[in-house]
Amino acid sequence: MSREQKAVDRARKAFLTGRSKSLDYRITQLKNLLRFVRERQNEIAEGLKKDLGRSECGTPLYETLGLESEINLAVKYLKEWAAPRPVSKSMMTISDQVYIQPEPLGVVLVIGAWNYPWAVTIGPLIGAIAAGNAAVIKPSEVSSHTSKVMEDLLPLYLDKELYPVVTGGVTETQELLKQRFDHIFYTGNGTVAKIIMEAAAKHLTPTTLELGGKSPCYIDTNCDLAIACRRIAWGKYLNCGQTCIAPDYILCNPSMQDRVIEEIKKNIKDFYSDDPKKCLDYGRIINQRHFKRLMALLEGSTIAVGGENDESECYIGPTILRDVKPDAKVMQEEIFGPLLPILTVSSADEAIKFINQREKPLALYIFSSDNKLIKHMIAETSSGGVVANDCLMHFSVSSLPFGGVGNSGMGHYHGKYGFDNMSHLRSCLIKKLKMEGMNKMRYPPHTEDKLGWARFFILKHVDFGSLGRMVLLALMAVFVAVILQRYFTD
Amino acid sequence: MESQKQVLERLRAAFRSGVTLPVHFRLTQLEAMMSLFEDNENQILEALHEDLAKPKFETVLSEIEIVVNDICYAISNLQTWMQPTYVGTNLATKLDDCFVRSEPLGVVLIIGAWNYPLHLILLPLIGAIAAGNCAILKPSEISRATEKLLAELIPKYLSQECYAVVCGGAEETKTLLENRFDHIFYTGSQSVARCILLAAAVHLTPVTLELGGKCPCLIYGRLDMKAAAKRLVWAKFFNTGQSCVAPDYVLCTTETRDALLPFIKEALESFYGSDPQQSPDLGRIVTDRHWDRLVELLKKSEGKIVIGGESDKKTKYIAPTVIVDVIESDALMQEEIFGPILPILTIKSLDEAINFVNEREKPLALYAFSDESQVVTTVLERTSSGGFCSNDGIVHMSLPGLPFGGVGASGMGNYHGRWGFETFSHKRGCMMRSWLLECVNVLRYPPYNESNLSWLRWATTAKKKGWAACSVM
Repeated sequence: MSREQKAVDRARKAFLTGRSKSLDYRITQLKNLLRFVRERQNEIAEGLKKDLGRSECGTPLYETLGLESEINLAVKYLKEWAAPRPVSKSMMTISDQVYIQPEPLGVVLVIGAWNYPWAVTIGPLIGAIAAGNAAVIKPSEVSSHTSKVMEDLLPLYLDKELYPVVTGGVTETQELLKQRFDHIFYTGNGTVAKIIMEAAAKHLTPTTLELGGKSPCYIDTNCDLAIACRRIAWGKYLNCGQTCIAPDYILCNPSMQDRVIEEIKKNIKDFYSDDPKKCLDYGRIINQRHFKRLMALLEGSTIAVGGENDESECYIGPTILRDVKPDAKVMQEEIFGPLLPILTVSSADEAIKFINQREKPLALYIFSSDNKLIKHMIAETSSGGVVANDCLMHFSVSSLPFGGVGNSGMGHYHGKYGFDNMSHLRSCLIKKLKMEGMNKMRYPPHTEDKLGWARFFILKHVDFGSLGRMVLLALMAVFVAVILQRYFTD
Repeated sequence: MESQKQVLERLRAAFRSGVTLPVHFRLTQLEAMMSLFEDNENQILEALHEDLAKPKFETVLSEIEIVVNDICYAISNLQTWMQPTYVGTNLATKLDDCFVRSEPLGVVLIIGAWNYPLHLILLPLIGAIAAGNCAILKPSEISRATEKLLAELIPKYLSQECYAVVCGGAEETKTLLENRFDHIFYTGSQSVARCILLAAAVHLTPVTLELGGKCPCLIYGRLDMKAAAKRLVWAKFFNTGQSCVAPDYVLCTTETRDALLPFIKEALESFYGSDPQQSPDLGRIVTDRHWDRLVELLKKSEGKIVIGGESDKKTKYIAPTVIVDVIESDALMQEEIFGPILPILTIKSLDEAINFVNEREKPLALYAFSDESQVVTTVLERTSSGGFCSNDGIVHMSLPGLPFGGVGASGMGNYHGRWGFETFSHKRGCMMRSWLLECVNVLRYPPYNESNLSWLRWATTAKKKGWAACSVM
């Protein structure tokens, strides 16, 4: 038996003992996870620094604060999320119990990515634990230092059998994908996603795919350009542009291009000083392969700002490209780096057309002071999520479902969505063997009479909300009448 | 005649034009679907009779009323479903608007099955239309009369721009699946489901699979045998056992079995008379192939037939049959029966029954009959299945408030009522940020420092004190 097979086997046996079903157990594990995140900030930060050149403050800001928030939310609301959810009844089921019972799926597989290795590996894990599953955690081997921290330290806090960390590269992942899971949660790119869906097909395993794409950023002529550019600069160059929801490219009117460039340049300086290479708050490209890929994307485009690079350090400075053409190299794939192309469009409608000619992105950004325009753009396009007048922020709102559509993915998580995503919502109808008389109309031999009754009774869905209200009103009327009669008519 | 590609292009162009988006359009289409049923009840009855010898009562209930009910439900609730849902914000984001929009996916593919040929293709269509999509319907070629009826009626009642019926067999379906869809909804078997998932993987298309499996029926403890027998018999032999949620087999003690059998016999006689072959209320097996399959199962089985067993190839008739002394390794226990044969397996304890069920694939439905509520609760808590119903069969799927779908090998995703609308929608998280409070945003910009960080940490800790969850950043 391979190491991967063993881990999955052990997780399944542990799941079958039933211990992850208890709400108390899940809360304990979640609280342990919280403790881990808080107690091991140093180790986490060190790993991130080595992997991505992430600064000291970058760790809590972009990885762990969000996790703490999600864990606290899950602990607080777990009882409510896991409780039976009553639904409306029909005439025939008026005396029965009708509800949806969330249940764990079993053993899930969480495959993380390297760009926010904690946020996108542990984030889904929170939902998996909350929903009562066992989970095999496969961190990205590309962020190898973080992967080691997870492998060494998570077992000290979490149930080792229920939540094993399995590290490795392509071979190990392929071996894992041969095993049977009850759900696979993958964050990464479309190419690997297809392989995962194929592997999942074998066992009829449902998947959640958090992918990416080119997230467009439209800047309207009517907007507070200074604030817009500051927020865009922050969203773009965070983690050196290696964010699945980073604004990939800008669409704006040609008359604005120069000012946009000026404003963003100003903010780059404010954020990262005159020499971002020396600034601790500016990260690095994850590895040589991606460095080379990004440098090749520059070909054929005009650099307006930046372009400095150093292969030995995998450093590429914050870069803006101007007058970029739709067929430029940099527009053919998700950039995932600190290169910000600006393409000019004559109007919002042209921008909409441009966006709609392409695959549905994971995020869409619209900067405008005109709410009507924003709503119009939202209505005319499709994307995983939308933020107007900022970047990235929807990721941090637990009550918003985070996920893609079309090429940018399927399924979603965060908050209760994470819990539901890793649950089976089981329909339950609890009937008694009484009132058998009611059933006569459905049994053969069938007569027209019975059919008439059945048509009326069996399937009719009644809004008991309004009926109940009517009954209540009627009762109140009677009550008032009685009171009136008693006390006022003498 | 249009090729599949041309149909798809036409529908895609229609979707892009935005014609399916306004609520008025969707309501009109749903109302048209209602008219389809109202105007053509006789043709529907005939087609179902031709395909499955389905009795009028069953057709009305399980092919017409259940769909019409869901259409009404959708029409009454569509405006609500389409409204964006505003979600909680906390102090720092009070000036922002966060909401979730339900948006159509695009062009979806709905592949039907032959056992409830109208219901299983039109009920998903309600969700697809309500959610604002265009749809291609691929009815089962096995239920030929219904397939023909659908091909004739759908273009007559629904917008031909937006909805199309594509007919054909395995080859045509395979070709159809090479195209890109925004969602594929399939009802049928596990083996075909795997092919569908593989085809969907090529385009990263999300999929809903309504499959089957062997739905166990546990009968245990103290119970009203007569009522239980009637309900069991009704659920089992409805549509001649060809229901994905039919109780496939029974698990009970020998005592229960012996007490139950006379009531089962009584129920069968009261339903279908002493010669079920003469009863107009019992259907027939859909094809010769399936008839052969079932008769073969009966032959191979090592159980003892205590009721029924008769069959007639010419009319594709198989009598309602009950077999006892069936063990795990019996032929009848190796595949979903999907016919009017009810094996009864005996167990010595509830634990044994539960373990038996749990050693197998998760079924689409699980039934427990008992007057002891503790028994029902125990079965419910210690098993997993698509849906669960105690003291009756099938009826849980008639409630539009309940999501209907499988888990594990019995499927993924669900529909009925609002769940159908959600299945065919994309939930888009939207955030409209204010230009104001940029001073708060300062906390998140580089250069990073401990002081800003601790402010942010404080703000996030505030969440524990009962504020809505939203990071202050």
